[in-house]
Amino acid sequence: MITLHWLYFVAGMMFAMFALLSALDRGNPKRFGNAAFWGLMALSLLGGDLIGDVGNGLLVLGLAGLAGFGFIGRSHPPTTGEEERARWSDRLGNRLFLPALIIPVTALVGTLLYNYTPLGEAGWIEPKRETYVFLGLGVLLALAAIFAWLRPPAIAPFQEGRRLIDAIGWAAVLPQMLASLGVLFAAAGVGDAIGSLTQMVIPEGSVFLTVAVFGLGMAVFTMVMGNAFAAFPVMAAAIGVPLLIQGYGGDPAVVGAIGMLAGFCGTLMTPMAANFNLVPAALLELKDQYGVIRAQVATALPLLVINILLIYWLAFR
Amino acid sequence: MINYWPLIGILLVVIGFALKFNPMLVVTVSAIATGLIAGMDPLEVIGTFGKAFNDNRIIAIVWIVLPVIGLLERFGLQQRAAAVIRSMKNATTGRLLILYLIYRQITAAIGLHSTAGHPQTVRPLVAPMALAAAEKQHGKLSEDEAETVKAYSAATDNVGLFFGEDIFFAIGSIVLIQQILATYGYNLAPLELALWAIPSAIAAFLIHSARLLMFDRKLGRREP
Repeated sequence: MITLHWLYFVAGMMFAMFALLSALDRGNPKRFGNAAFWGLMALSLLGGDLIGDVGNGLLVLGLAGLAGFGFIGRSHPPTTGEEERARWSDRLGNRLFLPALIIPVTALVGTLLYNYTPLGEAGWIEPKRETYVFLGLGVLLALAAIFAWLRPPAIAPFQEGRRLIDAIGWAAVLPQMLASLGVLFAAAGVGDAIGSLTQMVIPEGSVFLTVAVFGLGMAVFTMVMGNAFAAFPVMAAAIGVPLLIQGYGGDPAVVGAIGMLAGFCGTLMTPMAANFNLVPAALLELKDQYGVIRAQVATALPLLVINILLIYWLAFR
Repeated sequence: MINYWPLIGILLVVIGFALKFNPMLVVTVSAIATGLIAGMDPLEVIGTFGKAFNDNRIIAIVWIVLPVIGLLERFGLQQRAAAVIRSMKNATTGRLLILYLIYRQITAAIGLHSTAGHPQTVRPLVAPMALAAAEKQHGKLSEDEAETVKAYSAATDNVGLFFGEDIFFAIGSIVLIQQILATYGYNLAPLELALWAIPSAIAAFLIHSARLLMFDRKLGRREP
């Protein structure tokens, strides 16, 4: 049976190649920091189950130390220049979008076929994980198509992938770190504390006000944490699961999906979400570092109200 | 009696971000402090943090698309996207940004969220085009007006990304929702969750588009 571990292996080998190419990249003064950082990611994906909980914990401390004390930096792997890209774009035309579409189409069609035809009955894939397996398959098919059509150098996918992952930097790992922080918060009872604080303001028996506090809580807590990923586990533990789903019988899919989007409204309004709000202000050379947030608030607030109403209408049909 | 002391962990996150420390360090310090306050011993804290990181490795899987996207950029994918947007006629700032909003929402919804973004498309492409459209229609802009046009360009990218990406079922946030709800015994398919992101995506499009059209009118009404 194909399990998630096959995908961990593929991703782990990719990060291992990033690490190796980083170490060999003499043009990057921080090459060994980058190599260590992506090497630790490769170790996590390839051997995370073998090194024990404390081993994984030390691995995470290593990632945080390398990122936090400035040991990693942006690299400039060999790629094509602006003019060469413009020539390729003119020559290839809109067909260039086709290989990019192979990945989502494979994931979507594969998932649908696996779930709605006898194909799924063979049990080849770990249950509920088929989408990720088809996503991985789509990546391999897209690579095969690009190689057959455009014949880039064999090392190019890893160099181009490294160019992008180094541009993203430690932010590529932050979502996983925040999810882990959420687990620790939950273990320490942060969800219970927030939950009892919020439950104090919820009138007993009012579904609508409970939904409103859940939505507002997602937005406010996301603004505090800078990321809806960290807010979701806490608000789910405090209100979403015990009150909305178990207490009032709300649809878990609606509460989860739209609750997360209520959090995204908070992301639009906080400087803590630096990647989205402060980095572009700097990139566009705005005088006001909160200029992007100011442009977003009037979209975020009405949208938050609508998300709260959507949860109320759709989860309790 | 509920113990409120672990909330110090949240306070640490707020202070850490406010003082602009590296988020990776802030998260780690907060995690360790929270665990210690909750009465775990140091090894137990590190072990819990490590186990959670290992259990959430699925979030890292989405990066396997990077080599494909990088290869296509090598062959001019961004330039092609630019050419498609440039071929549109009758552009105003608002209409141009609405088109970009649609483009961003749709590409994010089919998993191509990393084909655009602030460094890749907004700075080199969207902001200059929005500025050019505004100046073509309304003459020279004041510095404040130019700032606002650029800020709206970045804002449009964020709105399009946030309220498009969750329609794609293999995105990190959908995975996280699925993982968290699974710990409570609700085993949902990613597609089921992605479906419920569509109403909010439509609402986001309507609200932000209306604001962009109002922005066009505001630029048109100003004193010459």
